[in-house]
Amino acid sequence: MPTTTQGDAPLRSEHDVVLARQTVRKLTQELGFSLVDQTKMVTAASELARNALIYGGGGVLHWQILERDARRGLRLLFADEGPGIPNMDLAMTDGWTSGKGLGMGLGGARRLVNDFEIDSKVGAGTRVTIVRWK
Amino acid sequence: MERIPILRMGEFLLVTIQIDMHDQLALKLQDDLSNAIQKNASRGVLIDISTLEMVDSFIGRMVADISGIGRILGAETVLVGMQPAVAITLVELGLTLPGVATALDVERGMVLLRRKIDGAGSDADNYPG
Repeated sequence: MPTTTQGDAPLRSEHDVVLARQTVRKLTQELGFSLVDQTKMVTAASELARNALIYGGGGVLHWQILERDARRGLRLLFADEGPGIPNMDLAMTDGWTSGKGLGMGLGGARRLVNDFEIDSKVGAGTRVTIVRWK
Repeated sequence: MERIPILRMGEFLLVTIQIDMHDQLALKLQDDLSNAIQKNASRGVLIDISTLEMVDSFIGRMVADISGIGRILGAETVLVGMQPAVAITLVELGLTLPGVATALDVERGMVLLRRKIDGAGSDADNYPG
């Protein structure tokens, strides 16, 4: 049983991305996720944490444990104050990349979770929220 | 500097990735392996990821790139030991690693590597197309 139900982690360096993965792994284990579900959530978190670092110039991960109708889940918010995403349809397209990735980050992360929301304003930053239920 | 060790076994190179790599470390491994293939005139590279609990698009790309670079430098690459949960996640993410040879474990990987190299060396007709 997790004792705290929410927290923050910085996304300022590549090492922070590794730490974010480890934090998410630990939380999903505490929530009793299956190994496959743990791996999906950790992988989605890795993609989004890297995006916040590379494209957003760094940001923060807010995590929160959810309880609804006796179900428990994990919500992750990746927030940066970078340049934002000018063309959301393009950014969500598999295989399209503006940088050095494979272009699977956003679309791929969306497929790995139950809920996916993205809110981006050009010049103000990007916020991506994902939820996965046990 | 932090570094993933590369072991030389005759004409093969063996890499076991045992830590959660940050991106620069993955790129460093790609560089180190490319240089080691050239320096040792290696014919095969075996990458063991059996202890890796996650492969995201960056690490997936690194593996695919090593395989491609190796081929150009005359070495075949076989990726071994991927955990089922990692494989399931990778495919859902959209990465199927086309062009990357895989095997269940190191032993099978060695057999596959040997077969690929012998096939390439003795008879060009073994390659379809």
